[in-house]
Amino acid sequence: MNRLWKEFSKGLWKDLPPFKLVLGLCPVLAVTNTANNGLGMGMAVVFVLTLSNLMVSLLRKIIPAKVRIACFIVVAASLVVAVELLMQAFAYPLYQQLGIFVPLIVVNCIILGRAEAFASKNPPLLSMADGLGMGLGFTMSLTFLGALRELLGTGMVFGVNVAWEGFQPIGIMVKAPGAFVSLGVLLAIMTFVENVRRKRRGLAAVQGPTHDCGSCGGCGQKNC
Amino acid sequence: MQEYFLLFIGAMFVNNIVLAQYLGNCPFIGTSKETSVAVGMGGAVVFVAVMAAAITWLVQEFVLAPFGLGFLQTLAFILVIASLVQFVEMFLKKMVPPLYKSLGIFLPLITTNCAVMGIALICQREEFGFFKTVMFSLASGLGFMLALVLLAGIRERLSVRRLPIAMRGTPIGLIMAGLMSLAFFAFQGMI
Repeated sequence: MNRLWKEFSKGLWKDLPPFKLVLGLCPVLAVTNTANNGLGMGMAVVFVLTLSNLMVSLLRKIIPAKVRIACFIVVAASLVVAVELLMQAFAYPLYQQLGIFVPLIVVNCIILGRAEAFASKNPPLLSMADGLGMGLGFTMSLTFLGALRELLGTGMVFGVNVAWEGFQPIGIMVKAPGAFVSLGVLLAIMTFVENVRRKRRGLAAVQGPTHDCGSCGGCGQKNC
Repeated sequence: MQEYFLLFIGAMFVNNIVLAQYLGNCPFIGTSKETSVAVGMGGAVVFVAVMAAAITWLVQEFVLAPFGLGFLQTLAFILVIASLVQFVEMFLKKMVPPLYKSLGIFLPLITTNCAVMGIALICQREEFGFFKTVMFSLASGLGFMLALVLLAGIRERLSVRRLPIAMRGTPIGLIMAGLMSLAFFAFQGMI
């Protein structure tokens, strides 16, 4: 039980996917123009990640090591097809908003990364906890970033007007430049806070998180 | 002719695949620390994106559409791209060793590069013909390479500057990408 909680909770802060591991950047930047889109994308990823971790973990003794990446991709792709069909049936406006980023969940590093780094080595229940935690962490980050950009760009959060008197929306925040800049600034702030905490404990300051491709199964290379 | 020219310019500059369409960001941030690496990665993406878009177009037209299997598009495309990358790697190793030397180590990374699959999907959604698909994917790949090499140049310069420690590495890379994307906005006046 303790172990289960540990695996679940690490995705919520310690290894928070887009901020601490810098993985799966495309949806993080692309669909966070509103809080709603961020939340919708996050939920789709939670579904795929939890189930793909479960399936990979159940099949981990059958899958030969040499073709494991191909097998992970097939598992992820089948789940993404299921998500696409479900979204077309029950959340069509959201499906249209997210566009090609729904099928592109297949190539999101987080899915393959967790399959390779965790699910292929651990029993099903733990893998599900890991996938659920990572997925919820991803959702949290996307919703937060979406709410921030929506607020600065349009003065609304979740489509509700919260602008105060004299507020001037910065239109660029909901477009591509705003996505890059706001993620960069957030990463810098998180590193700064971390460094203040480290200084208090008498440790040396560290650089911000680097793009962690080593944990991304698809590459299999450390030098990317 | 003019139509194709506009498509080319539009895909390369105006709707740049990284800076305006948010595709392929992981390699964009991950491999932009040195110019030489950026050129290799960019070349590999151009090469694979064109082949992948052409082959997925054929698969969609002659396999998925006639048999009514459109819902399997995602699954079919990723399998085609993954096996294509493997095949290209083996082919280059055997037949064109010099090219393999310069692009080889980047090829395995491309399977999970969403730019490649994204380009193929965009071509399907826009319902391009075969020739247009090839043109569009070539222009998008070149656009990716352009953005990647430019960012690598900037980051090489930045790496010898004194920055606040919290800004070094990925954060400043992302902010620079944002500024570049702002600059590319100017191309929207062109078409």
